[in-house]
Amino acid sequence: MFKSIWRIFFALVITLLMAGSVIAAPPPIKIGALFSVSGPAAPLGEPERNTAQMLVNEINKAGGIKGRQLELIVIDTQGDATKAVQGVNKLIKDDKVVAIIGPSTTGESMAILNIVEKAEIPLITCAAGSKITDPVKKWIFKTAQNDILAVARIFEYLKKQKINKIALLTVSDGFGSSGREQLVLQSKEAGFQIISDETYGPKDTDMTAQLTKIRGGEAQAIICWGTNPGPAIVARNVKQLGIKLPLFMSHGVSSKKFIELAGDVAEGIILPSGRVIVANQMSNKEPQKKKLLSYINSYSKLYNVEGDHFGGHAWDAMMLLKGAIEKGGDNPAAIRDQLEKTKKFAGIGGTFSYSPQDHAGLTKDAFVLVQVKNQAWTLVK
Amino acid sequence: MDNSSQLAQYILSGLSNGAIYALIGFGFAIIHNATGIINFAQGEFVMLGGMLTIFFLVFLQLPLVPAIALAITLATVVGIVFERLAIRPLKNAKPLSLIIITIGASIFLRGAAMLIWGKDTHALPPFSGNDPLYIAGATILPQHLWIFGISILIIILNKAFFNFTITGKAMRACAYNSYAASLVGIDVKIMVLLSFVISAAIGSMAGIIIAPLTMTSYDVGIMLGLKGFIAVIIGGMSSGLGTVLGGLLLGLLESLGAGYISASYKDAIAFIILLLILFVRPEGLFKKKETQRV
Repeated sequence: MFKSIWRIFFALVITLLMAGSVIAAPPPIKIGALFSVSGPAAPLGEPERNTAQMLVNEINKAGGIKGRQLELIVIDTQGDATKAVQGVNKLIKDDKVVAIIGPSTTGESMAILNIVEKAEIPLITCAAGSKITDPVKKWIFKTAQNDILAVARIFEYLKKQKINKIALLTVSDGFGSSGREQLVLQSKEAGFQIISDETYGPKDTDMTAQLTKIRGGEAQAIICWGTNPGPAIVARNVKQLGIKLPLFMSHGVSSKKFIELAGDVAEGIILPSGRVIVANQMSNKEPQKKKLLSYINSYSKLYNVEGDHFGGHAWDAMMLLKGAIEKGGDNPAAIRDQLEKTKKFAGIGGTFSYSPQDHAGLTKDAFVLVQVKNQAWTLVK
Repeated sequence: MDNSSQLAQYILSGLSNGAIYALIGFGFAIIHNATGIINFAQGEFVMLGGMLTIFFLVFLQLPLVPAIALAITLATVVGIVFERLAIRPLKNAKPLSLIIITIGASIFLRGAAMLIWGKDTHALPPFSGNDPLYIAGATILPQHLWIFGISILIIILNKAFFNFTITGKAMRACAYNSYAASLVGIDVKIMVLLSFVISAAIGSMAGIIIAPLTMTSYDVGIMLGLKGFIAVIIGGMSSGLGTVLGGLLLGLLESLGAGYISASYKDAIAFIILLLILFVRPEGLFKKKETQRV
């Protein structure tokens, strides 16, 4: 009895001594992460968290950055702006991180911008809304492709098909309304006519009423802007109503999950997407291909599912940050300056070039159009 | 597309949603009439039905029919366990405390489902194909016919059970006056348990037949449960025709409102109806002189 207690005591002492020796090594570089790992935006936040953690482990295994280990402090925002604000305050004040990646959604990102600006900590968000970096804010960068670029890609294609009457069906959340804004704005510039402009709620389970209205109009194509599962229901309802118009979706559903949910009604749907889901079909000359394939492989080895473009946003954020710390050290201001100097960084979402006028870093080329054929994504050429 | 076919489409869509609301509403009514409480975990039975079927179908690779049977059985077992562990031990509690317990149970079930099956949305394959059928210029899916058929079947079985079987009559007796029922030798406890069994089974059935259309995830129960609740409030807590009409009315108003006013107000319409009914006719729209409860 006493013997075993002594044993436990010694084990404790030894553990403590070992912990002490870790403390004696150079302190780790603390990086904060805000991801909506649970809640409605979990399909975004979960792969983002997984990817960031995977990269930090890889970097640490390879000896860290200039001999210093990285420490990733992840906070689950549950897709809730209030929790994001609490989280960012904790990261800045308690954990004293040198930089932050995330949050996952536009709404959360907008909620924390001012706090981060005031604290003068560089933030690389993984959300897509163009409002985040337009106008440019000194400390805020982003890796997700702007919806401006996604809309531009679709419109370019529609013009080629000589379609100019469109119907919009957008989800009434941050992602949908930001997309709708761009669709309306750019269709004016492109001379498109919006025949119907409908919305649906993020939790709606039946959109036949809206689509019946669209069916009654004279639109030549339907553009639906939302994230899973809404668009999959829209695809089903379109089939159900016997609508034969071409259906376009946003990059918000460019993952295997969408095809899984929509099943055979997904056939023929076209959407703009990052290259990650069609990496195999890319030509070998493209600079992104190697990184895309290696990301997909290492992610699926670790988590048993394919890496998607949401995880890719975190990959880009983490690797951009790594590059900046390697060049400028771990001072927040230096990291920010180095980030802004990033040129032609080939990542998962596209090739990034930041400048003092542009903190989004990507061009229309970050998107390709993909179409569902035989339950898989194919590149539209 | 002319206006009449558009109207026909709204009506058909509305009715098919309404049938689902009515089925979910049934579950509320049966438990309310046996125990006097409103079981806010009813939506969670709907979720369990869909999620368990997908679990058996996709993960255990069972064929559709055994998967459905197993899912209903298991959801019913959850209903029984819920009654035994959370409702029965508090025999003398006020209905309000019991209602709060059901809210707690619904949060628990949702959380457990999230931990077990994750946060993803899942789709169940349709029972018989995806090709739309044309009726009067409007279209519906074969799945809608399943929904209508199964709803009608459940309504008829329900009616027959409560009117023509001894057990059903005993349950109605408990609803009228449980003390008097116990005096004539009816085991009230068993009847309460039975009400949970029936509503868990009906709720999970509803969850299964709609899963191919609306898809399912750990949190579908909240909204569907509330819509079922509105249906049963319109129907005046009856487990007969009132709730059916309540559900259909709700579905129709939602669909017509979304079509002719704006889809943004779809849920608002439902909740405005709930408030109006509660303010103006809390006994339900269809309640005349003496409607049978249960």
